[in-house]
Amino acid sequence: MPPGKGGMLIIGLGNQYRRDDAAGLVAARRLKEAAPAHVRVLEESGEGTALMESWQGADTVILIDALDSGAKPGTVRRLDAHREPIPTRFFHYSTHAFGVAEAIELARVLGQLPPRLIVYGIEGRTFEAGLGLSPEVEKAARELVERVLGDLCCDPHLPGVSVLN
Amino acid sequence: MKSRTIKVDYLARVEGEGALYVKISDNKVTDVKFKIWEPPRLFEAFLRGRNYSEAPDITARICGICPIAYQMSSAHAMETAFGVAVDPQVRALRRLIYCGEWIESHPLHVYLLHAPDFLGYENAIQAAQDHPEIVQRGLQLKKVGNDLMAFLGGREIHPINIRVGGFYKVPTKQELAPFIEKLKWARDAALETVRWTATLPFPDFEQDYEFVALRHPDEYAITEGRLVSNKGLDIAISEYDDHFVEEHTQYANALRSTHKGRGAYHVGPLARYNVNFDKLSPLAQQAARDVGFGPVCRNPFKSIIVRSVETVYACDEALRIIDQYEMPEKPAVEVQPRAATGHGCTEAPRGILYHRYRLDAQGVILDAKIVAPTSQNQKCIESDLWQFVPKHIDLPTEELTWRCEQVIRNYDPCISCATHFLKLHIERD
Repeated sequence: MPPGKGGMLIIGLGNQYRRDDAAGLVAARRLKEAAPAHVRVLEESGEGTALMESWQGADTVILIDALDSGAKPGTVRRLDAHREPIPTRFFHYSTHAFGVAEAIELARVLGQLPPRLIVYGIEGRTFEAGLGLSPEVEKAARELVERVLGDLCCDPHLPGVSVLN
Repeated sequence: MKSRTIKVDYLARVEGEGALYVKISDNKVTDVKFKIWEPPRLFEAFLRGRNYSEAPDITARICGICPIAYQMSSAHAMETAFGVAVDPQVRALRRLIYCGEWIESHPLHVYLLHAPDFLGYENAIQAAQDHPEIVQRGLQLKKVGNDLMAFLGGREIHPINIRVGGFYKVPTKQELAPFIEKLKWARDAALETVRWTATLPFPDFEQDYEFVALRHPDEYAITEGRLVSNKGLDIAISEYDDHFVEEHTQYANALRSTHKGRGAYHVGPLARYNVNFDKLSPLAQQAARDVGFGPVCRNPFKSIIVRSVETVYACDEALRIIDQYEMPEKPAVEVQPRAATGHGCTEAPRGILYHRYRLDAQGVILDAKIVAPTSQNQKCIESDLWQFVPKHIDLPTEELTWRCEQVIRNYDPCISCATHFLKLHIERD
């Protein structure tokens, strides 16, 4: 059965022409190959309102994005949007006027957050124009794909798990 | 006497990364720097050695907000270089998808980025707590633009359907029909937006700008025309480089455009409105007049009203195009490369976007030049700050800083949409 509008959605964010900024897209492309058929996988640029539209109707959303927080390149962070607000510093440092963090917080105010929303951030090394990920970011993206596939199999809170078991 | 420095390292609610620096000594403004960290011409380097046909898809990646503008300016440049004329219905469809981009981009700025300045909120999230229905209207209006772009462009974020010579695939008239109701709703919502934005409080600030915009004899220019200004400029787009020059600033990693011998010039909605008011549809003109708005507006804060009027126009024009549409026989015309230089210039939501390509006989790109609207407005933004700060110099620094940020946001500056990563600083773990 083809994936429907509801259910589980994975969104990779980034720009493939800005080196490690593509980490989320790379992870999403691999997940598209490997994820079970009921899971939808999308690629987005990170413009916030488009993001809010794309997750409409989904029960569980996993966002994968690149980060520039000063941590070691390849570090992966996991945030649960329902457990914690996306840190306000996000607002000052997002390079989209209305980006990922703004989309999450606006959706929270308007009551449009998906029932479950997990954000994975992969720390990048370079965001200069160019193609291809840095080796440590490439490795982190690969590991994150495994981790998300693991989540899909084992997390009892995620829908679709019973199908897999 | 006291010296003050206004410094904002990261400007909120502008597309990209920007910073502002204003120095005040003895209660006088002594320095203004609007810094933008634009990736210095890296896409131009990307394009060298690529085939002409790749330019629309590559340049679309420069901006997540206005990919159609990049695709259209590049496709037009190639078509001019190779002496290709597209089918009139293909031209109309391109205008239609461009209307979609305006309907997508303008409400985003009006509702989510600009309005909070006038309503006294830090951001749209705060505004949505008190006025959820207004923010929802903005989001729905923007969505109509998105849907039109996604349908005609093949994909929403980086449309793939536009090619040199036309489209890969064109819709039937029937396939466009579902947009009629959506656009009628959007047109009403845009009219409501004009009425609403006209009630916002505006500072008294008028400047004698040189407004530069495309002008076309038969329509409110979006995809083609001559470059015209309110100060007598009237040139073909192929003459752009004879009249406008880019200068490199020490403090900003970006090129700043000036009109040779004249200096700063203003591009974008306000420029288009002032140059082309007579070409707006009767409905859009009436919407402006109904809120006491004539054909001239020199207050950049009021650009929020002008963006709303242009949204009315874009919906009206989209409906007209759909009504008159007949599916073309072929989605694209044949393109035969030849050694030439091509120029393309279209009206991106934020103003004129100029592309120039030099090509060899096989259609390989030898060099590329892309001038985005924001680099053309940069000097104008600084000039506004030089004028604005002295008038408000008695305000406490925090409030003055906020007002300066507003001066910048009037231009909806798109500083570097090419990247969107989050610069995150959290003090924990």
